[in-house]
Amino acid sequence: MSTSAETMTMGDPDRAATRRKDPLAGLGFDESAPLLQVRDLQVEFHTREGVAHAVNGVDFEVHAGQTLGILGESGCGKSVTSQAIMGILDVPPAKIAGGQVILQGVDLLKLPESSRRQVRGNRIGMVFQDALSSLNPVFSVGWQLAEQFRMHWGYSKGDAKKEAARLLDLVGIPDAKNRVDDFPHQFSGGMRQRVMIAMALALDPVLLIADEPTTALDVTVQAQIMRLLEEMQQERNMGLILITHDMGVVADVADQICVMYAGKVVERADVVSIYDAPAHPYTKALLESIPRVDMKGTKLASIEGLPPNLTKLPPGCSFHPRCGYAKDVCRVDEPPLYEVAPGRRSACHFYEEVLSS
Amino acid sequence: MGRYTIRRLLHFIPVLLGTMFILHYLQTLSFQISGNPIRSLFGDRQPPQETIDALTRAFGLDDPCLDQPGNPCIGMYFERLGRYAQGDFGTDFNRQDVLDLITRAAPITVRLTLLALLFEAIIGITAGVLAGLRKDRFVDNFVRLSTVLLISVPVFVLGVLLQILTGLYIGNWVRDLGAPPWVEAIFSVTYQADHPWASLVVPGFVLGGLSLGFIARLTRTSLIETLRSDYVRSARAKGLSNRRVVGVHALRNSLIPVVTYIGIDVGALMGGALVTEGIFNIPGIGGLTFGAVRQGETPVVIAVATLLTMVFLVASLLVDLLYAVLDPRIRYE
Amino acid sequence: MSDNVSTVELEDASAQDKGAATGSLWSDARKQLFRSPVFVVALLIVLVVISWAAFPSLWTNTSPEHCVLMENRQPPGNGHIFGTTVLGCDMYTHVIYGARPSIVIAVLVTGATALVGGGLGILSGYYGGWTDTIISRLTDVVLGLPFILGALVFLALLQQQNIWTVMFVLIVLGWTSMMRIVRGTVIALRDQDFVEAARAMGAKNSWIIFKHILPNALSPIIVLSTLYVGTYVAAEATLTFLGVGLQPPAISWGILIAEGQGLAVSGLPHLLVFPSVALILTVLSFIMLGDSLRDALDPRGR
Repeated sequence: MSTSAETMTMGDPDRAATRRKDPLAGLGFDESAPLLQVRDLQVEFHTREGVAHAVNGVDFEVHAGQTLGILGESGCGKSVTSQAIMGILDVPPAKIAGGQVILQGVDLLKLPESSRRQVRGNRIGMVFQDALSSLNPVFSVGWQLAEQFRMHWGYSKGDAKKEAARLLDLVGIPDAKNRVDDFPHQFSGGMRQRVMIAMALALDPVLLIADEPTTALDVTVQAQIMRLLEEMQQERNMGLILITHDMGVVADVADQICVMYAGKVVERADVVSIYDAPAHPYTKALLESIPRVDMKGTKLASIEGLPPNLTKLPPGCSFHPRCGYAKDVCRVDEPPLYEVAPGRRSACHFYEEVLSS
Repeated sequence: MGRYTIRRLLHFIPVLLGTMFILHYLQTLSFQISGNPIRSLFGDRQPPQETIDALTRAFGLDDPCLDQPGNPCIGMYFERLGRYAQGDFGTDFNRQDVLDLITRAAPITVRLTLLALLFEAIIGITAGVLAGLRKDRFVDNFVRLSTVLLISVPVFVLGVLLQILTGLYIGNWVRDLGAPPWVEAIFSVTYQADHPWASLVVPGFVLGGLSLGFIARLTRTSLIETLRSDYVRSARAKGLSNRRVVGVHALRNSLIPVVTYIGIDVGALMGGALVTEGIFNIPGIGGLTFGAVRQGETPVVIAVATLLTMVFLVASLLVDLLYAVLDPRIRYE
Repeated sequence: MSDNVSTVELEDASAQDKGAATGSLWSDARKQLFRSPVFVVALLIVLVVISWAAFPSLWTNTSPEHCVLMENRQPPGNGHIFGTTVLGCDMYTHVIYGARPSIVIAVLVTGATALVGGGLGILSGYYGGWTDTIISRLTDVVLGLPFILGALVFLALLQQQNIWTVMFVLIVLGWTSMMRIVRGTVIALRDQDFVEAARAMGAKNSWIIFKHILPNALSPIIVLSTLYVGTYVAAEATLTFLGVGLQPPAISWGILIAEGQGLAVSGLPHLLVFPSVALILTVLSFIMLGDSLRDALDPRGR
């Protein structure tokens, strides 16, 4: 790993002077505004079987230097949310049906595509799950890193390559200068993920979205990657959104957690409170399903039933068919996000019961 | 990369020898079954036995193994290999040197094949890319329909129909208009030596037609698949322009199977060239082979087949090497 | 390689909810196929052509040998809807009867190459090692001969031209493409978990091949076979046209087209057009059939 003296130069003000062009100057980004505010985001998918409400009114905020963990099963809409923020959904079949995505005071959803494209990769970086398939196999990693500098900031090939080598070193690739010309398949899984992180961080984004960054990796490598993400975030005071289905991974790193189910946020709280005493039956069930060493010999807890069909959501609370606390009102009335405590919300009519059990 | 090249070469040589052996075996088998071909040269006339024997010896057909059906005549095989290595491909029954005949006919066929390759590559890839980018819209449906037609029409039917259409109908119309001679040459019914390229345009298109269809479809499918891939998603997430995402990231990857197909296609083109040359009366290698087949001149047929096979195998080898250049993952297999 | 993950997840979820709606690959395919107009039309044409081959007398009353030399080369009209051929035979009748050798050859050759090529591909792919090396090298050697060239050489050397030699040549040269593709499929299958599981339960190789590998390899074999029938119809017509395939008095589209080629220039296009259209439609229909089958059976296309 590089020394902290070296890394300090990355987010440093002199850097701004060497940028040949900043295409985002005229858009009105306000550094004093909250970093990211997502308000009532709605995304629909038009499929053969009907309209699927993949994201159904999602609200959250991320602040500079803060990590938000978005937790949920496959199909709950967490990836779609992040892709909607980035603006890389396939439209059609997807359609952004409503809501706002406000980055530093600017609603991204209202920007023309050309401006959105400038924001992508530049202000917001994204890291994907499988680095082997997410990196272009026929170009060297150095080329793919340098591309960001050449395309967004107009760097020359030589300068861009130097930056690429610097980035590789920054994320902990040993012998970075010589590995710049290597191809993705020549790296191990953990190293490749570091390359992806480097690519996302190349242009000093203010927000980094990591979509299941460690799911495809070994446990020991997972820990290293999480540590790297944490380090990078703190050094740059970035906002970090961490999307995962793995409760263990997110516990260490996140400040705030959003639990999603069937396209909605069902619980939102700081990490300590959620793990200590969940206020939603789904969160509770998730926590209970994690096998622990001291549970040896007992039956594995699982959540009954299947995730709902997003084209035909059950009436009332989407979770009620699988919920142990469900009562009649749950089948009829969709619960709003009740305020459990300051800064803590839960979409369950009976959150007090869940809290106390 | 060097090791990969050596491995491909080591693979190539036995295959070449094996294929040549098959051709050799076929020839000896046919002699063994159908008897001495020299005799049939004379038609109804009955020359004295010494003449027949002398000619038989002259053409190296007096080996006793030719009297035993099934005998692979290994001795003859190696002797032939040796002769080929020295560039001696024997003579035809009129005592003309086969290699000479081939060298005279080859340039025409080469021109024809080049034109075909140009047509199929340029039109095929362009059509495929357009169809892939505008999936399910008019361009896409048009390309899919027309390529299916191109693929279904056998080469010779396409050739015959186009020959009538361009040579006769359009050709007459063009001639009546008094167009310059090279334009007339394009629409002529047969090959014209003083317009060696222009008169091969229509045959070249016919030859490349089938492959054009395949290439367009392959490009389209490959592009569509590539556009759905994770690394294209990453490229978009990097904020790159659509032109760059498609033109640089997607295209390079999607063209890999297409380029390899074009390389492999050289073999199919050679077969198609035979047919096309037959239809348009082009005095290339195809015309040469036809004449030889009709007159039972097996040495010529075998020599041509051997040479074309060598060309084909060399082309395959080059394609394999090109593939490794395009796709770095292959180099380390 | 994954698509937009979210879309796949969504469709998975809706599929799970439907439960019985997603049946086996074949029943789903069947439903999708019959909804496609292309498939239905292609199937109809194929059935019509097959009936020409099998029951020509259902389609025409005239005997193909009824040829009046004086009436030759007549354009359509006068009781001959397609006109008459070079020898004064009814073109319509000859087009109908011409289907038989083409279809018979194509179907038999396809069946044989599916057996040989498919069989060798399964052996080569499953057992690997020396079996694979030998069979693959052999395939490469045969593939080293460009198809038409090889057929030409073969037939020229055999010096006999009838339905059997043509079939023989097509089989000997044609099994290779099937072998390659089946081998690739089998290699992918052999590495899958269910084969490992079967082996772990002590199943013999022959059992695994017949019960596990073969059913899964069947769909590419069927798709390819359907496509290849069309190719072989075209190949036979090509060889016949070139003069090295079937010869008169056999009736074949290739012969009709060859006759038509020379004379169409002299203002008798009907000699060329009718057999050509018959040939093109036949080949086209088989290819569309194979294409539709492939799309329907492709699990990723859902």
